Amino acid sequence: MTYLAITVLGHDRPGIIAQTAAALASCGMNLEDSSMTLLRGQFAMTLICAGDAGTAEVEAVLAPLLDGSLTVSVREVPDESAHPVLGDPYLITVHGADRLGIVARLTGVVAEAGGNITDLTTRLAGELYVLAAEVDLPVTVDVAALTDRIAQVAAELGVDATLRPVERDEL
Amino acid sequence: MTDLVPALPYGRVLEVVRAPAAVLSQPGLAVDPSDPAIVELCADLVATMRVSPGCVGLAAPQVGVAAQAFCVDVSGHPKARTQHGLIVLVNAVVAESSRNERAREGCMSVPELTGDVKRATKLTVHGQLPGTGASVEIHTDAFEARALQHEIDHCSGKLFLDRVAGAHAIHTRQVYLDPRGAQ
Repeated sequence: MTYLAITVLGHDRPGIIAQTAAALASCGMNLEDSSMTLLRGQFAMTLICAGDAGTAEVEAVLAPLLDGSLTVSVREVPDESAHPVLGDPYLITVHGADRLGIVARLTGVVAEAGGNITDLTTRLAGELYVLAAEVDLPVTVDVAALTDRIAQVAAELGVDATLRPVERDEL
Repeated sequence: MTDLVPALPYGRVLEVVRAPAAVLSQPGLAVDPSDPAIVELCADLVATMRVSPGCVGLAAPQVGVAAQAFCVDVSGHPKARTQHGLIVLVNAVVAESSRNERAREGCMSVPELTGDVKRATKLTVHGQLPGTGASVEIHTDAFEARALQHEIDHCSGKLFLDRVAGAHAIHTRQVYLDPRGAQ
């Protein structure tokens, strides 16, 4: 069993996902975790697939996608599906006037505290910059101190930032 | 219902400010309901809401005033159950809330984005009417409850962006071109 990480990036058009999924199925690769979205009009897909095909074979079946507007990369990765979760999940939201360094400074604060960002989205809408990130904080982290530090850096950047636990409803 | 419609003068239509305007992040000040300037502000909020297509609520910070005043009217909205018609309140607070549900919200002050926000669908709000200063208690649910919480948030300097439910809960508002109208 091989695990392949595949990225497809470029100008959006109908059919990219269907074509990619069909190509992977044709060589027996099962599409496992994936993330597909539009980023300022550019199609962006990252996925992990598993099967018996090698990198070269998958590159060959994906070759028809390469019409000049898309780039595709394929590389083998180890199976890390049993990755242990670190600590408790929190959500950071940030919004304010766009400027250089918002993501760098605030994710830097999280990293200094030992937090691991597991998901992050940013959006630029006119002058407004918005960030939402999910972060696993080790149980040893002083959340109140981290909240203060985030507020301090946010104030320096002139943006609003919040840190709060991710709400989970177990049903 | 008539208890929630204070006698207001004709209001002016004001410009709605957009994030990242600083006033949207400032906690609004408690106000004197009988202050003629506050009564006028409330009238302006109603007038501005009425001329804004699809707008079901507007708070003072959205017209550039960091004050605890807002209006809401969800009349006829398909997601509304309890409907009080026009509600205009100052110094309002959430007294009780329960039964959270997640739904997608938009805001005139963040026109290009929407967000998935969990809010109470059963709500009790305490506030005062502009002009008389009479205290009122509103019990509501569903979409009217969501609208009231959204506006009370504005009055404390919070946007729906501060309450989104996850890293994938912020969405770019799509503009769909009608090919029949394309030039």
